Amino acid sequence: MPKLYTFLKYFCVILWSCFVIAPFLWAISTSFKDFNSVTGGATYIPWLQFEPTLDGWSVLFKPGSQGGINIIGPYFNSIFVTFTASFISIALGTLAAYALSRYTFKAGFVQNNDITFFFISQRIMPPVVLSIPFFIFLSTIGLLDSLAGLILVYIVLLMPIAVWIMVDFFNRVPKEIDETALIDGCNPFQAFFKVVLPNSIPGMIVAGLFCIIFGWIDFFFAFILTFTNVQLLPVKIVALNSSITPWWSLSAAALVSVAPLIIVAFIVERFLSKGNLTGALK
Amino acid sequence: MSLNLGNIIFKPTDQYHLNDISLNFEPGKMYTILGRTLSGKTTLLKTIAGLQTPDSGNIQFEGKDFLAIPVWERNVAMVYQQFINYPHLNVKQNIEFPLKQRKMEENLIEKEVSDAIQKVGLKGFESRKIQELSGGQQQRVALARSLAKKAKILLLDEPLVNLDYKLREGLREEFKKLFTGSESSQSIFIYASTDPLEAMQLNGDIIVIDEGKILQTGSSKEVFENPANAKVAEITNDPAMNLNIGRIENNKLILNNNIQFNLPSSLQTMSSDNYLVGIRATDLHLDNNGFDFKVDISEISGSETFLHLHNQDIKCVATIEEVKSYEVDENVKINFDLSKIYLFKESGELLYSPYQK
Repeated sequence: MPKLYTFLKYFCVILWSCFVIAPFLWAISTSFKDFNSVTGGATYIPWLQFEPTLDGWSVLFKPGSQGGINIIGPYFNSIFVTFTASFISIALGTLAAYALSRYTFKAGFVQNNDITFFFISQRIMPPVVLSIPFFIFLSTIGLLDSLAGLILVYIVLLMPIAVWIMVDFFNRVPKEIDETALIDGCNPFQAFFKVVLPNSIPGMIVAGLFCIIFGWIDFFFAFILTFTNVQLLPVKIVALNSSITPWWSLSAAALVSVAPLIIVAFIVERFLSKGNLTGALK
Repeated sequence: MSLNLGNIIFKPTDQYHLNDISLNFEPGKMYTILGRTLSGKTTLLKTIAGLQTPDSGNIQFEGKDFLAIPVWERNVAMVYQQFINYPHLNVKQNIEFPLKQRKMEENLIEKEVSDAIQKVGLKGFESRKIQELSGGQQQRVALARSLAKKAKILLLDEPLVNLDYKLREGLREEFKKLFTGSESSQSIFIYASTDPLEAMQLNGDIIVIDEGKILQTGSSKEVFENPANAKVAEITNDPAMNLNIGRIENNKLILNNNIQFNLPSSLQTMSSDNYLVGIRATDLHLDNNGFDFKVDISEISGSETFLHLHNQDIKCVATIEEVKSYEVDENVKINFDLSKIYLFKESGELLYSPYQK
């Protein structure tokens, strides 16, 4: 029985891995093709089945005057906007979540859960509903088509995720740990920064990962709230489209754009397996 | 130097969590707060620590108004029922945390910490992570952290309850040693427990609390011999004292039409009336001349057997000094040790105790 179980387990894992990895292999192979090798039937192995070329990749780094789209600027814009917004969201979201988890708020019928729900409700609305208010808001304060404006909008979008994950995390951290810190001579701020925060890193990493993913993949707001000054990667990639869909450079662009997420995921994975707070309690 | 609580009331909902608590704690003594779950023990300890502010009342410590001092400046120590430590720090860092927080000198910290580690028997574990310790060891770390602080008030909230039996016995003995040591004469120890046996073994002053109200305070002996009322008799005995309504009539003590005794001479002075008749499980004995009872449940506990019995509406528990399993509904003959009978008013107050002075 255990043998069968092990077999099934690995079978499923391998099956799923194929499912996940195959598109990447497909994209890598396609990114080195040209028009003829893409349209000339299914081929997979370079040199044997088709002659690899770097055309698909070089388009991404050539300036517009030479027929390229030059993604380097937008690439760093995207990284800057996503990471800054995620960092601010985590910082503010963690503080908000701690307060929501530990203190009781009451204003009329509004209580802690209602406030938490208010945060989450920001994500319930379809982006289309938010687009016009955001546009008017940014244009009023003069931040349309700027990195700062995008960061502001992304914080609104990402902070609910951070609050949501961290409230749940803090609720599972026994409040006796905070109390012990108070008894041991910490004032409430020290208790948070010296005891609660160092033990919350796993939760913050998870929240951070979600923020980065949701920030990185956003196309809609980046498309609506920017024009020419500032462009983010997803918007720029769309500019590749012409009368003939250039599958080779689209594949290359797709690979380039998921690369940061893959790197982040690999780094984060190491941290996540380290101990967490609940493990301290029997 | 003493700690005084005056008329502490805490009523967060429509129920009292602490109902007019007035207590006086002297340094160098050990106090055990004995009460059932949710009786207000933890709330009382948290109020003393400052984690909870009472609705009214006052707390004085060394002549100062304790309520005006925030938790982090009170210099109390508390050990929780759960094993609470700082998971991101190792054993040594955990213990020195409060001392560093107080900005104590480095070499002094070193000394206090190694003293405390020595005392709780964690030598060699200094650099271990908390998660790598067993429950008992984790609780020792929490205890060491409290001891190293040399706090004037040490609060222990059922510190042994989550440990397994063997460890509990061992640690309890160590507690007694630690709290009766020479340097402990400056500190007040307050220990909360649900276990009457534990409270008796710790042999300090016992404070019996129920529904946020103090029912009785006194030495273990006094609480055992003269429980102030029927509730105290229930809380301070395990199994709880058997309490049944009975009446004294024509020189007889009558529990029901089967169970009647000739009134022992010690009870002759009691008037003919209804009483709550109390007798400990250990004062019921198997006796062929005794009364017929039917067994409801029998539980074997170590070298004893607890028999839950009934005879019509009279229910009681007897502790039998042997290990034997009984069938449900089996008939047993049980006699009462009449010299150990307590009488309470129907409303609960103690009227007669066999140990009465």
